[in-house]
Amino acid sequence: MLEAILNGLGGLIAGFQALALDWRSMVMLIVGGILLYLGIKKDCEPLLLVPIGFGCILVNVPLTDLMAKDGFLRIIYDAGVDTELFPLLIFIGIGAMTDFGPVLAQPSIFLLGAAGQFGIFLTLLLALFFGFTKLEAVSIGIIGACDGPTAIYVTSKYAPHLLGAVSVAAYSYMALVPVIQPPIMRAMTTQAERQTVMKYTARPVSKTTKMLFPLVITVLGGLIAPKGLPLLGTIMLGNLMRESGVVSRLTKASENEIANVVTLFLGLCIGATMSGAAFLRPQTLIILGLGFLAICLDTVCGVLFAKGMRVLSGGKINPLIGAAGISAFPMAARVVQREGFKYNKKSFLLMQAMGANAGGQIGSVIAAAVMLSVLAGMGVIS
Amino acid sequence: MDEVLAPVPGKITKLLVKPGDNVQEDDQILLLEAMKMENPIFATSNGKIKEIRVKEGQDVDVDQVLLVIE
Repeated sequence: MLEAILNGLGGLIAGFQALALDWRSMVMLIVGGILLYLGIKKDCEPLLLVPIGFGCILVNVPLTDLMAKDGFLRIIYDAGVDTELFPLLIFIGIGAMTDFGPVLAQPSIFLLGAAGQFGIFLTLLLALFFGFTKLEAVSIGIIGACDGPTAIYVTSKYAPHLLGAVSVAAYSYMALVPVIQPPIMRAMTTQAERQTVMKYTARPVSKTTKMLFPLVITVLGGLIAPKGLPLLGTIMLGNLMRESGVVSRLTKASENEIANVVTLFLGLCIGATMSGAAFLRPQTLIILGLGFLAICLDTVCGVLFAKGMRVLSGGKINPLIGAAGISAFPMAARVVQREGFKYNKKSFLLMQAMGANAGGQIGSVIAAAVMLSVLAGMGVIS
Repeated sequence: MDEVLAPVPGKITKLLVKPGDNVQEDDQILLLEAMKMENPIFATSNGKIKEIRVKEGQDVDVDQVLLVIE
């Protein structure tokens, strides 16, 4: 009898014993705590880091089976991440939130949204060099899109074992855009270039143009890069709903309720992929390093491209706006606006930067779509 | 006489000066919200605020005269 009671009580301390024997779980509980701290105390992407951090803690408590078959996190993961459904649902919301007006009003700026994607391809090559497989390298390169849902979509499809590392890298660097970009922008430009005043001379964009834009991009993009149509199609569906103005209830649901519910589940699932055994590996550090490099390279390429445009335009373009050609919206555009002010109080780059930034948002999706279609053409993926 | 123009379309969220105030070039004179970002607008020259042509909360178009410095 006494023995049975002692054994029963022993069950209560089994978790502590397992934790003491498993340093990885211990480290990951701390990592989860750090993510929560960054989200709650440092206001660093709290909507993402709070569920991710908590998911990480949940999955690293020993002797539990939340991610085992029929565990509640596994059920959510299988339903939304394994099927790639969550990132696509979020894309409808992003499309509903994004005003592509500044891009349509200044079409040449749109090119900057393409230049900001070069980091993806350079990082992909580097990842191959470090010995990652082709599919892993694609997922790592996509961190350079600076676009969480795109990175999650691609990774969950082709390298699900890297999902935790890739999404943590993508989201933390996105939050760090205001820290990472300015030194690069300064290093790449001269004082005179940074002080250039750009006059905002957008012509008004008609409602018809704004509605045709998502349709044309969907069909054209789908024909060029069929593999990327789920990404492009969902973002453009959201955008058409927004611009049509006749389904405001659906638009609001997409950008608020649906996006919020999905963000919660997606964050939890990403945290749940961060079990000690899967996350605490040298490759995670390499991925974090390569992801950082990807965003630096994006900035470098964007600014270089804008410098090229400056030469062609006879000095009318301020090359700082090149840094906004990434997908981190609207952070990157705000960074450009703030940096511009630092060097010239009469410089107002916000609208041009917003144009480049919205261009970057489509650019990252198109870059991912093109990459997937090329890989399919090469027979690397089916 | 120097007219301060709105660099982009937006909404005036705060006036930081009143008529008769002396300002230096590059002093903040008002806040303009555009693309959900609040942006400072700076004085274009040294002088005295002669006239303010906008109110807080007012929407402005690009190149609209916000105030006059003399």
